[in-house]
Amino acid sequence: MTVIEAHNIRKSYGSLEVLHDVDLSVEEGEILGLIGPSGSGKSTLLRLLDLIEPANAGELSVFGIDTVADHGTWLDLRRRMGMLFQRPIVFNSSVYDNVAMGLRYRRAPGDNIDRKVKEALEAVGLSRYIKSRAIDLSGGEQQRVALSRVLVTDPEILFLDEPTANLDPTSTATIEAIVTRLNREAGMTVLISTHDLAQGQRLADRVGVMIAGTIAQTGPSREIFREPKNQQIARFVGVQNIIPARVVSRRGDFTVVEAREKEILSATPPPAEEVEMVVRGEDISLHRRKPGYEEAENLFPATVTAIEPTAPFVNVTVHCGCDLVALVTARRAEALGLHEGMEVWVSLQAKAVHLIPRAER
Amino acid sequence: MVNGNPIIEGFIEAIELIITLDPQVVEITIRSLYVSLTATFFAALIALPLGALIYFYEFRGKHAVVSTLQTLYALPTVIVGLIVFLLLSNVGPFGFLRFLYTPGGMIVAQTVLIIPLLMGLTVSALSGIDRDKRYTITALGASRLQTVMTIIAEARFAVMSGVLLGFGRAIAEVGTVMIVGGNIRGATRVLTTAIALNTSMANYSLSIALGIILLAVALGVNIALSLVQRR
Repeated sequence: MTVIEAHNIRKSYGSLEVLHDVDLSVEEGEILGLIGPSGSGKSTLLRLLDLIEPANAGELSVFGIDTVADHGTWLDLRRRMGMLFQRPIVFNSSVYDNVAMGLRYRRAPGDNIDRKVKEALEAVGLSRYIKSRAIDLSGGEQQRVALSRVLVTDPEILFLDEPTANLDPTSTATIEAIVTRLNREAGMTVLISTHDLAQGQRLADRVGVMIAGTIAQTGPSREIFREPKNQQIARFVGVQNIIPARVVSRRGDFTVVEAREKEILSATPPPAEEVEMVVRGEDISLHRRKPGYEEAENLFPATVTAIEPTAPFVNVTVHCGCDLVALVTARRAEALGLHEGMEVWVSLQAKAVHLIPRAER
Repeated sequence: MVNGNPIIEGFIEAIELIITLDPQVVEITIRSLYVSLTATFFAALIALPLGALIYFYEFRGKHAVVSTLQTLYALPTVIVGLIVFLLLSNVGPFGFLRFLYTPGGMIVAQTVLIIPLLMGLTVSALSGIDRDKRYTITALGASRLQTVMTIIAEARFAVMSGVLLGFGRAIAEVGTVMIVGGNIRGATRVLTTAIALNTSMANYSLSIALGIILLAVALGVNIALSLVQRR
């Protein structure tokens, strides 16, 4: 079942357009990650979907109910959802009262509130602070209070707006574990925005990339990271090699492209004549001598021109007509005895070479 | 002690007056507290809801209203005294109340004096609740009324500071109580007007005694303020 369906959403603050042409649908029980640079509109989109503020234009239905025509349903719909914000937000009262807020708004019976609050604080490991003032806790603890405050209301859809951006690794892990478990066990639908690509990959079944106020691409995270639709997305998802090339022919199932007189095979059907090759650094393998048996369709010699450590990996730039950046583990780089000027063999599978139409300049 | 310095002498006598709970000192102190506390109470009763209304409702000229309130923080007390005097005098529209030269009239004057301060400080106290907190309240499923109540509860300490500041201004001012109350002995004489009168009559010991009490009240307000603001 589709729980959120948004079309052509637009939102401006004054003359500043924050969102435009946003289309998004969210299926019940999935974890959808929204990734994108700061200022791309992720937070604003989550607020619109959680019905915290209205869009300027577009269609939005939540739980199959059209929210544009009738604002009267907003409170009821909003009470079936929950949102956790980037900055830990607690109110000037006890931890208990903080967590009880949402249930009190819903006029839940007192003994019910008591039981749920205690359970929720147990789950985030904060039972001992139940009577403390929430503002005395650390940032990570405050964020866990905020999470339990949302979870006691049993939301069907949970929005997480960069929930771990300012947190230590332990609090981050706790929050990620809870969210994953709730999704698996309770079938809670989760929308999480993050600028942490690894977190997006780790948690999300499906990823949407937001660039400059709109969703540029959605798909399984593997697809987003391996087959970005355009150069901006490719850059954002951390592709090291975006190289201009020209389609020269087809060979069997493969497309032959030429970059600086070097022919490379790609498994992508040609999207245009002038293209860009998108190759992730970790898909490029380096060898000391020509491998005897190699499955990769592309195999060629090259010269190491630069070695740049970015622990725990090493960025190795090799020259083979065009420059390619390969991502090698530090251990492997040592084993290969890499140094500048060294001759190496490069192997690259055709399906690791993704082609996109060349961006117009 | 007959030939001593009148100031030092006055100081010693003042301590005596306070320690022995001189009836005149006690009576003036109690009246002062009664007038200013009552005025603060009524001002709060009027100003807090109005301040909240200004904060929660979007209307044309909201900014101008808030600026005007902030200007009125420094409203000269004698001007308020004069206006309230004219309103309450026999020829004024509220003369029939017979409030002039009574503690009731003084309460009215001080109430009017500190209403702008309390309204303005209420607006800024509520504005201190940041955007993310308001989003959180909405996201937790609060209705419109529940949102308002939560924001007010969250701003309670800041609002309380405003009320304390208002009380401080009321008890320390001399202009309105002098004009509207008339400084009548045993009827409308309060700390500030008594100090003014006794000083002009060279009756320093009583002035100093009342001054010490006034300072103590101000100090008490300040301590209460810092306690509240630490929350």
